[in-house]
Amino acid sequence: MHVAITVNGVRREADLEARTLLVDFIRDQVGLTGTKIACDTSQCGSCTVDLDGKAVKSCTVLAVQADGGAVTTIEGLASNGALHAVQEAFRETHGLQCGFCTPGMIMATVDLLAESPSPSDDEIRHALEGNLCRCTGYENIVRAVHEAAEVSR
Amino acid sequence: MTTVAEETATLVGAPVKRVEDARLITGAAKYLDDLKLPGMTYVAILRSPYAHARIKSIDTTKAAEAPGVIGVYTGKDFEHLPALPCAWQAGGVENLVNTPRALEIDRVTFTGAGVAAVVAETRYAAEDALELIDVDWEPLDVVVDVEQAAAEGAPQLHENAPGNIVMDWSTGDAAATDQALADAEVVVKQRLVNQRLIPTPMEVRGAAATYEPATGEYTVWMSSQDPHIMRLLMTAFVFGIPETKMRCIALHVGGGFGTKIFLYHEYVLMAALAEKVGRPVKWIETRSENYAATTHGRDHVTYVEIGADRDGTITALKAKTYANLGGVLSTIAPGIPTTLYGRMLSGAYRIPNIHCQVLGVYTNTGMVDAYRGAGRPEATYVVERAVDLVANELGLDPVDVRRRNFIPPDAFPYDPVGILRGLRYDSGEYEKPLDRALEIVDYDGFRAEQAEARKQGRYRGIGFSTYVEICGAAPSAWIGTVGEGWGASMWESANIRVHLTGKVAVTIGTQPQGQGHQTTVSQVVASELGIPIEDVTVEIGDTLNTPFGYGTYASRSAAVGAVAVYNSLQKIKAKARRIAAHMLEADVDDIVFEEGKAYVKGSPESAKTIQEIAGAAALAYDLPEGEEPFLDDTTYYDPPNCTFPFGTHIAVVEIDAETGETRLERYVAVDDVGKVINPMIVDGQVHGGIAQGIAQALWEYGVYDENGQLTTASLMDYAVPKADFFPSFEVDRTETPTDVNPMGVKGAGETGTIASTPAVVNAVMDALAPLGIRHLDMPLTPERVWRAMEQAKG
Repeated sequence: MHVAITVNGVRREADLEARTLLVDFIRDQVGLTGTKIACDTSQCGSCTVDLDGKAVKSCTVLAVQADGGAVTTIEGLASNGALHAVQEAFRETHGLQCGFCTPGMIMATVDLLAESPSPSDDEIRHALEGNLCRCTGYENIVRAVHEAAEVSR
Repeated sequence: MTTVAEETATLVGAPVKRVEDARLITGAAKYLDDLKLPGMTYVAILRSPYAHARIKSIDTTKAAEAPGVIGVYTGKDFEHLPALPCAWQAGGVENLVNTPRALEIDRVTFTGAGVAAVVAETRYAAEDALELIDVDWEPLDVVVDVEQAAAEGAPQLHENAPGNIVMDWSTGDAAATDQALADAEVVVKQRLVNQRLIPTPMEVRGAAATYEPATGEYTVWMSSQDPHIMRLLMTAFVFGIPETKMRCIALHVGGGFGTKIFLYHEYVLMAALAEKVGRPVKWIETRSENYAATTHGRDHVTYVEIGADRDGTITALKAKTYANLGGVLSTIAPGIPTTLYGRMLSGAYRIPNIHCQVLGVYTNTGMVDAYRGAGRPEATYVVERAVDLVANELGLDPVDVRRRNFIPPDAFPYDPVGILRGLRYDSGEYEKPLDRALEIVDYDGFRAEQAEARKQGRYRGIGFSTYVEICGAAPSAWIGTVGEGWGASMWESANIRVHLTGKVAVTIGTQPQGQGHQTTVSQVVASELGIPIEDVTVEIGDTLNTPFGYGTYASRSAAVGAVAVYNSLQKIKAKARRIAAHMLEADVDDIVFEEGKAYVKGSPESAKTIQEIAGAAALAYDLPEGEEPFLDDTTYYDPPNCTFPFGTHIAVVEIDAETGETRLERYVAVDDVGKVINPMIVDGQVHGGIAQGIAQALWEYGVYDENGQLTTASLMDYAVPKADFFPSFEVDRTETPTDVNPMGVKGAGETGTIASTPAVVNAVMDALAPLGIRHLDMPLTPERVWRAMEQAKG
């Protein structure tokens, strides 16, 4: 099937098997490997990207479902060479260790702050339920979200 | 304004932001699955659906004809390759070893064993073709429970291991311990289950390989904690080729927690397939494969007896442990419940009589090997629960019992009655972190609140873990002569090159998986040489351009690896002083090197900078007589002893009387890991470790049913904790020096996991004490706690 999806502002077209997942399209067809796969069952959130203004788990979306849509991945977050406030905050607060969950965690945080610019601890912890991290115990991820919220205000 | 030198002199001990992060937060970091080579093919592996079965035949005809399939292979195609080595066996006893093969040939002993492989043009095609392979299985009787497997009449897994026993190992004085228990005023006995855990790094495992027929050279990429060990084991023990014919590469590693230490059958298989297919091959696990075929952790059943005087003085500890090692042995499986468990059963206490027997047992379950903490969490759980059981039995405060039995500061170096076979606890002041943690949590205040809560029928509890652990593996003499460990040495190495411009390239043999070695090593280098941290590059992960190292596990990368870097820098500085003396026409003994400059004592204005000296060393037209060009050094550091971090962790919980759910109210950790290079990174290590240890106490459990099927085979079924499971952790530190190494560092990667599990369980038991409940096995799920509460209420 033919799909046309705008990825990080660039229109990408491909002929794909109908079963191709959006994450495989992004990684294999477009060649942007910042988006990660870690669970196959839509639990971990490592594959989180922005699709038409909403954070989605791209391992649970077929590429054809995103046909005509616009996707932002971790690679598209910085603008004009300047890191996004959420990226900066994760670095500032040591909100990452191995970094594998980080692209998904950052994309989910961007989505959270778009909806709730000053979230409480509880709100942050609930909002990030769908993103697993095995390194940080979430402690500094929560700090990173607060930091990003503060900087963005 | 501060100078560069003034800034860099204080780099060690500072919360320097990580140099690794720039790539990680932008999606630029390359992990194994991001590797794409020209002509790459993709591999999928058919795994046994049975826990115990004979393979009567395998028909691959249909799969081989499927679209996109390049080849289908079975164990018979790799019969010439021996089974994998078991590189760390239990010391001093016979180990009856059975390990995986590249692909199993005639029998499997756990669900998930690899039996066939498809190589195809795409991953989708490879996985599709798996379904077309027809295996004729003959299922055999299954045993999954460790005690049942060791009992008479159990199904037998391996001909060479009667009774399913891998090894029967012990440490300590059995007769003296039995006598002390017979003489004790009180004896407390308990059966403790330390359940199976599934480590779950966020990046699964995988491997890719190429083969160059012209030279017979393999290149193997894998997600690994120790690429040099991978190369050594594969070349010397499996392929029978020189090390120089294989290059192993770890790219960014997305967490390991022990699972990526080991040599797995797929790595051998990828190298062999690359040779057979003549194209690059790549295989990446699915999460379900990771759960079935990557190693698990813990899984002990222990019978502990502890003897004490009525005042709480512990007089003896005896443990008999059944260690479930799975259907076949992983690379260092027998070493974990012996060296790293039995030898640590004195905990932080002066216990005059200790004996531990460990039976390693085969069962029809997945392989069990090191998982974060590796043996020390199991030991700490036994000791810290036992101390609480003594306090409970005698009606004493668990804090008082701990204080009464602590090894006092003047008893160091301390030999725990010989069970460490010659090693001694280096240094410790166990009251310090305990006092600090009690102050943070306001212990007296909590006990008063608890008394009030109990009057209202609420179940609040506080639990302690005053642990000690062992890091910095290990002195080669101990390993070699005592027979502990790899059977080889365990030093670390560093190469430092100060280039003509004064920029420094460092290569090390350790392999981080998120610990930030490039940052911490850069801090040490910049601080010692007095240069900006941006001038340091640390290269890792490739056996081709890094000096041999044993890798990253057992919290050894600071206590051994960073010390190799530090020692190398001293040699670099000595050479810099010699060259500076020549440049300044002074005696080398009069040259001082500090803050990036060498100068004649008393005349700092004479200084030559490290950059000028490096330039002179590289240009080399005017060097002291006999001096080699270039500021370069390779150092190997073999530690004289291990290091023994310690601390106090405290959990505060409330149990919901209606549902049995445990709510973690507070978590306080005060650790003493010696000198700290980067407190931000150490705090991060502690946070993550605490989360994993709490998860064992309350939620995680890798469960096999009676047929040997893993029922917690995905992230839908296995309870990896989420952000909203935890309160914010309160962490602090004390700092007790060690003289084991010149940096005074002890190791900080696993303290959280080691300490936290018993702290939480002790807190839950404290909460339930009014009901007369003295022990429940983990995980303390709401259902398990609720049932116990209902039963206790009658």
